[in-house]
Amino acid sequence: MLNEIIRNIIRFVILVGVQVLLIKNIELGRFINPFIYVLFIIVLPFETPKWLLLLSGFIIGITIDMFYDTAGMHAAACVFIAYIRPGVLKLFSPRDGYEFGTQPTIQYLGVPWFLSYSAILIVLHHIVLFYTEVFRFSEFFSTFFRVILSSVFTILLVVISQYLFHRKKEQE
Amino acid sequence: MRSLVTFIWKHYFFFLFLLMEILCIYLIVQNNFFQRAGFINSSNQVSASILKTSADVGEYFFLKNQNEKLAKEIAELRSRSKESFSMLANDEYTVNDTSYRQKYTYTSAKVVNSSTNRRNNYLTLNKGSKQGIKQDMTVITSTGVVGRVKDVSDNFCTVMSLLHSKTIISSKLKKDGSIGPLSWDGADFGFATLGDIPTNVKLTKGDTIVTSASSTFPENIMIGSVESFELKSGEKLFTVKVKLATDFKKLSHVYIVNNLLKDEQEGLEKRSETGGKEN
Repeated sequence: MLNEIIRNIIRFVILVGVQVLLIKNIELGRFINPFIYVLFIIVLPFETPKWLLLLSGFIIGITIDMFYDTAGMHAAACVFIAYIRPGVLKLFSPRDGYEFGTQPTIQYLGVPWFLSYSAILIVLHHIVLFYTEVFRFSEFFSTFFRVILSSVFTILLVVISQYLFHRKKEQE
Repeated sequence: MRSLVTFIWKHYFFFLFLLMEILCIYLIVQNNFFQRAGFINSSNQVSASILKTSADVGEYFFLKNQNEKLAKEIAELRSRSKESFSMLANDEYTVNDTSYRQKYTYTSAKVVNSSTNRRNNYLTLNKGSKQGIKQDMTVITSTGVVGRVKDVSDNFCTVMSLLHSKTIISSKLKKDGSIGPLSWDGADFGFATLGDIPTNVKLTKGDTIVTSASSTFPENIMIGSVESFELKSGEKLFTVKVKLATDFKKLSHVYIVNNLLKDEQEGLEKRSETGGKEN
């Protein structure tokens, strides 16, 4: 349990670092802003208490906000996906529930499961984030385009990073 | 009452969610609608020092480029200095000290963080209230306008760049002085839109756009040049696409402008406005 907490704290620091120092400086055009740090909320263990889920979403969101100068926008999006996560997990749960001790990752539940689960959370996160940032409907379609492209890139990065973590675990 | 408590306890997940979202919305609204020095922005100490280190490392890669730019600027300033002018006639140069007073002072600053790819872009500079920076000072660079100071901490400040949905700069055509508002439409960081130019003005591609006297910037600061212009159906005024002179992607050293007479001017304008209402 303690091990799990430390592992998640390290993951938090790494993901925020990668997002803020690396991805923030890579410009893939105006419509593509991937936010890989969402992975932190996606792979929190199944047993995480609901209040802790919301709190960790809020904390990682507000940390990213500090670096992006967006005061609360990332936090709002993260809290939102932390709130709907239990529902999405229930929607995709296997017939006899999730096994104890497993995590919502590719190595436990496979690529198709993980793709559909993470895609829903990532797209919703990006929708909330980009529409709060623009805050008007006149740019509806260009924002939508931005949501779709950025989501695709985030999902790609999330899946790639899953394989990186996976390999590291085997070496251990 | 007790059943209310049990109800909230039973659905605590939803209420906690609601509470946090309200907190987030409060933060967003506070940051956008009141220009207060918020805690959660990149001028706070922790994130600013991390970003500064990152910018310091990155700066080494552009040293050569920056040196060339600075050398060019020094040359330009030297060419403007008194020593590089020859006397024309004595009466033109009888400047006595009391007939000029300083209106602007400039503080140089380094960009430690910036963005160009979002709808609302900000810069973080390494000068703050300890160096005399205040809110609403304007920021320029050797090539043109940059933006306006938004939040200030002890050693850093954040700047709302020209590439922001709420930045509107009063600008004019250098050629004949027609004034119009300049704003950024969010499409390309190299171009902005200038509106309200009357159709009797003969525009050509390449005409220079500078800041007007009524803007918060010093007058005649370069903004950019006319790229194209069009007359939208049903409108009597040109909409001009302006190619920005400043390359926001390569910003590194900027100048913060302090208008020494700003308070006096604004105070006076406010007084006559309120005075006018009473009559």
